[in-house]
Amino acid sequence: MPTLWLVCLLLVLAAAGFVMGRARALSSAGGDARTLHSLPNYYGLNVALTSLVPALAVLAIWLLAQPIIVESRVSKLIPAETVPEGSTIGLVMSDVRRVAAGLDLVVDAGLLTVPEASGLRAEERDVRALLGEVGVALGADVRPEVLAAAQRSRMLNHTGGLLMTGLVTGLALAGLGWAYVRTNKDFRARNVVERGVLVLLIVAASLAILTTVGIVLSMLFETSNFFRLHDWKDFFFGSTWAPNFRGDSELSILPLLWGTLYISFIALLVSVPIGLFAAIYLSEYAGKATRALAKPLLEILAGIPTIVYGLFALLTVGPTLAKVFGKGGLLGVEWMAGATSVLTAGVVMGIMLIPFVSSLSDDIINAVPQSMRDGSLGLGATRSETVRQVVLPAALPGIVGAILLAASRAIGETMIVVMGAGAIAKFSLNPLDTMTTITTRIVSQLTGDTDFASPETLVAFALGLTLFVLTLGLNVLALYIVRKYREQYE
Amino acid sequence: MNDMSRLERVVETKNIKMECRDCQVYYGETHAIKDVNVDIEEKTVTAFIGPSGCGKSTFLRCLNRMNDTIATARVEGSFRLDGEDIYDRRVDPVQLRAKVGMVFQKPNPFPKSIYDNVAYGPRIHGLARNKAEMDEIVEKALRRGALWNEVKDRLDAPGTGLSGGQQQRLCIARAIATEPEVLLMDEPCSALDPIATAQVEELIDELRQNYSVVIVTHSMQQAARVSQKTAFFHLGNLVEFGETGQIFTNPVDPRTESYITGRIG
Repeated sequence: MPTLWLVCLLLVLAAAGFVMGRARALSSAGGDARTLHSLPNYYGLNVALTSLVPALAVLAIWLLAQPIIVESRVSKLIPAETVPEGSTIGLVMSDVRRVAAGLDLVVDAGLLTVPEASGLRAEERDVRALLGEVGVALGADVRPEVLAAAQRSRMLNHTGGLLMTGLVTGLALAGLGWAYVRTNKDFRARNVVERGVLVLLIVAASLAILTTVGIVLSMLFETSNFFRLHDWKDFFFGSTWAPNFRGDSELSILPLLWGTLYISFIALLVSVPIGLFAAIYLSEYAGKATRALAKPLLEILAGIPTIVYGLFALLTVGPTLAKVFGKGGLLGVEWMAGATSVLTAGVVMGIMLIPFVSSLSDDIINAVPQSMRDGSLGLGATRSETVRQVVLPAALPGIVGAILLAASRAIGETMIVVMGAGAIAKFSLNPLDTMTTITTRIVSQLTGDTDFASPETLVAFALGLTLFVLTLGLNVLALYIVRKYREQYE
Repeated sequence: MNDMSRLERVVETKNIKMECRDCQVYYGETHAIKDVNVDIEEKTVTAFIGPSGCGKSTFLRCLNRMNDTIATARVEGSFRLDGEDIYDRRVDPVQLRAKVGMVFQKPNPFPKSIYDNVAYGPRIHGLARNKAEMDEIVEKALRRGALWNEVKDRLDAPGTGLSGGQQQRLCIARAIATEPEVLLMDEPCSALDPIATAQVEELIDELRQNYSVVIVTHSMQQAARVSQKTAFFHLGNLVEFGETGQIFTNPVDPRTESYITGRIG
């Protein structure tokens, strides 16, 4: 039975449980809802949840576990010596999976019956041609042990599916029955549902955290593969980024890191003063009406997709800069070769970051108690003196936190640098040079023809992990600073 | 400290420092202060008393134009400091606030060192030519604020680390460091314990030697202890204004009597 139908069945059972539980609770109270411990709906929910949640949990775990178990059982059928030269057991197993999926299609198409498919022998029939008929193309003839393994895997999956359906349905029915029997007017259904809600919330929170852990683990796995193929000293301490597919690439992160940090620095140089001043204006000077209008307008900037900023960099900012600094430009200098440069990407990224800085700083400045401002104004200070000498120092830790958060955004930004910064990895101090960043190199290493066994591709994961560690560190630092600051006035 | 016996003393006539006539304050549509006339005398402590929401703090904030910082507030009437209208277009509210200092209900030291807190006003007004002069100003203000002996060894420590009473005396020292002529105090002791309150009250009595002090208070005992003149506000009106002794022992208006004896408020 397909999983979708199983889930539907569970939902129907739960809905029936809801109606039944509610009705039983009401009848146990003689139709008077006031004598029930909880509202009637809680009894219904209790029955529905008791039936649904354990069944769904088992279903989820089963679906995750079954392929792993089947694969480990099946791979034992492939003797190590039959793996061809230059191949791995992983490649053979992917063949097995394709054949198994192909056989499913063959059965669905009615070319073979189920027992025929199970009894198929590679020696007797051209399996490759058979599978070709249903659109599964194989690179070579199917060897007997692969076919056997595929058949075994089909059988295991089939049995597993039947077992799962039985178990999950049984569990749902058992839960339903148990909760239904327990329903009477003194049963504390409300408290049970409350606990259920708590569990639901905890599961949601853990899923978010587990996903992060999963991302890190998958990156770690590929990164370790990379370092098995490539010297870690070259990656961290080399000076050249020159990937080629002949196998003697120099893959050092340092030139990319330099580009990343340089562009981020220029972005902060643009966004921090503008964002901060905007925040000061909005929180200290602007009237209510201005603030109500200007703040959302400023925050619209945050809603623009970064690809649009990238276009802005490519079509507007870059050519404008080239007109000023480029060949035959206004200044008569020839400092800029094309439209892409560190400055182009940095300026546009800075514009993107303005709302981050301003909106976070605005919140932080507003958190400075009014009594501080009163104290300063009461001493005869002007507004700007008050801002400079009292409000900003008091808000400084929080503002530093906001800037660090903006910095981590800048470091991880991709689209703007892909379109605005250029593609040449080098160390240069000239902001009008083209340069490249970690994120753009990840994009270019993973697009096009990729071979997941070569260091030139795997380096993307090492770059990604380094980037992740970098931004994670910045975020943790920023949150720590912001939190420490919050304690001061609470 | 004096008590009610002040009633029998000869009332000396003093110069009028601030003269307020027909004062009205509106918060949007609300008429918060109605037709108030008060004279603040030189070298005198004037107390504003009255139930919560009667407008005494609002009126106090008119005296150094702190209501300017509230967008919805509108002030009418004549407020004269030494005969000069403080709401005149030519008067800079920033300069005015240097002359009419203010101490707030909750101690609000800046998150800076004790020294920098006191030096804040003199610095923005350029009162000191060099570090030595600034040291002198700070020391004098802290001595007058009766805080010098407690903090002289830790002037670099943050002002926020002091106890509540010390913080409030620091705020008073900070206010008098700019040599104001009038000192406004908005319930300066409401966040303090009795001992700190006694210290601040003692300080107010000493400040009377040099300044006009206007204090808003909820405590009638405090008004009786520290002030020479008392104004009783009720629902935005100035009900009665006169010698403290007279207000507390022989009020003219029945509302004043009810408030003082605890029947309203």
